[in-house]
Amino acid sequence: MSNTTAVLEAKGLGVEFGGLKAVSQFDISIGDGELVGLIGPNGAGKTTVFNLLTGVYQPTEGKFFMNGEIMNGKPTHLVVHSGIARTFQNIRLFKNMTVLDNVKIAFNRKMKYGLASAVFRTGSFWKEENEIDEKARELLKLFHLEELADTKAGNLPYGKQRKLEITRALATDMKVLLLDEPAAGMNPTETAELLESINMIREKFRISILLIEHDMSLVMKICERIIVLNYGQILASGTPEQIANNPDVITAYLGKA
Amino acid sequence: MPKARKIDYIINLAGVIVLFFLLMFIFDTELLGRVRSYIQGIVIIAMISIVMVCSLNLITGFMGEFSLGHAGFMSIGAYSSAVVTMALENAGIILPDLLLFLIAIVIGGIITALMGVLVGIPALRLRGDYLAIVTIAFAEIIRVAFTNFQITGGGKTLSGIPKLSDYHYVYVITAISVCVMYMYVRSRFGRCVRAIREDYIAASASGINVTYYKVMTFTVSAFFAGVSGAMYAHYITSLIPTKFSFNYSAEFLTMVILGGTGSLTGSVVGAAVLSALPEALRSFQAYRMLIYSVVLVLVMIFKPSGLFGSYEFSLPGVLRTLTGRKKGGAKDE
Repeated sequence: MSNTTAVLEAKGLGVEFGGLKAVSQFDISIGDGELVGLIGPNGAGKTTVFNLLTGVYQPTEGKFFMNGEIMNGKPTHLVVHSGIARTFQNIRLFKNMTVLDNVKIAFNRKMKYGLASAVFRTGSFWKEENEIDEKARELLKLFHLEELADTKAGNLPYGKQRKLEITRALATDMKVLLLDEPAAGMNPTETAELLESINMIREKFRISILLIEHDMSLVMKICERIIVLNYGQILASGTPEQIANNPDVITAYLGKA
Repeated sequence: MPKARKIDYIINLAGVIVLFFLLMFIFDTELLGRVRSYIQGIVIIAMISIVMVCSLNLITGFMGEFSLGHAGFMSIGAYSSAVVTMALENAGIILPDLLLFLIAIVIGGIITALMGVLVGIPALRLRGDYLAIVTIAFAEIIRVAFTNFQITGGGKTLSGIPKLSDYHYVYVITAISVCVMYMYVRSRFGRCVRAIREDYIAASASGINVTYYKVMTFTVSAFFAGVSGAMYAHYITSLIPTKFSFNYSAEFLTMVILGGTGSLTGSVVGAAVLSALPEALRSFQAYRMLIYSVVLVLVMIFKPSGLFGSYEFSLPGVLRTLTGRKKGGAKDE
């Protein structure tokens, strides 16, 4: 993949917590529709990279861009508005809200009606609410969740909660999706289902994905490019074959013989 | 607007109007005899508390943050409206009671809402315990300020406020306030605020501007606390800053929690019951605070989410249940 159509780009990105460099000199360039894997041992800084790329942490060094626009200093919700959405390692849903409402939340930025409109239930209120309702249900249908629309999100089985989180991220109308260990804690059937969902959204929405995952068979199977992180720095990057045969990576993962 | 929804609204509105006539029937006839004005007083105070408690529930129930200084907002509404109506009277401007009452309500609401924004922007960066402390501090500052300002009586009782809050007006304003808050909660604003309560990190990761929606809800809540304060001032007709102490705020919080955090129906019932309970228990004078406390403890043990949890009452919904035609739509009313 060439870098000519980079959607999300980071140059020398890093963050320091009181003298401790959690991540430093992180470079990445994700092209349109590309699926990049981010792997590394526990504590290597993978989730920190996600937090940097979504504005949760402000980088202390380097810059990152979305469609050429600089993202440094933007709060999370504005980063989301510019097209970067994420899921969380420990699923974060609005557990006491319905499945449908979880998706509607992500559509909120598309809704324009104001306070007065809400209080008097004007035409624009109903129009927008109905539109969002329809869109949210359509999206749920893609993930076979439409029948659970009125269930509380917290009552869904684990695999479905993951799917719902991805659905919610999709509803923000993003271009780049950051998936933080989506297959963690899943049984093989659920993992297969997840794989199917990922392939489906790539085809349908033409989005780029950055994936953190420990399930190596999954990573090797779907990633076009892999970046290996160790002690907050990039250890290697390349195609799955290159990574699998890289001696540094093998040492980092398995320890020196 | 969907037709079924329209019919539901009309039925609910009819219920509100019927209740109004019921009150008129009770208070305007000789039905109650000598206790009439006593009962009427309790009902008015209960209605004022209903507005207060619903507004506090926006913060405590729907936003999931503790405000322990809500009486502070009430006092701003009370004093600001009282100062304005008294100034108008002193200037010799004679206005009809209704107009003067509406002026008081609007002034009380808007000034309190402005204070809500001012306090909300810095305070809502905090969460949980820290925010609770800030709200207590805010209410104390307000109380001390009102004790020292000359215009608010300077530590003495501010008396001579025109008595405008007769129960017709108070009832209508209460009904409108509760209705507006309900509409707020059942809109995208309410949805965002509930999402923030559930998980603010996930909310911002879904593109929600967390601070914006928090401050907005805080402001709406402050507005209605001010409205409630304005009605209070023009019913009691004399104000003293010590009334709006921490204890008073805590009383409202009790009502919210008893009724159910996250249910406006619960707030209405909680406020009505707990306003009337001390009066109803007057014949057990010695034990009344004991019974009051025991009721609270029992509710918290057996129904920690409050009497209503997050259930909302709706007349059409109840009618459907009663006639056995329960439909799915009932629950979002």
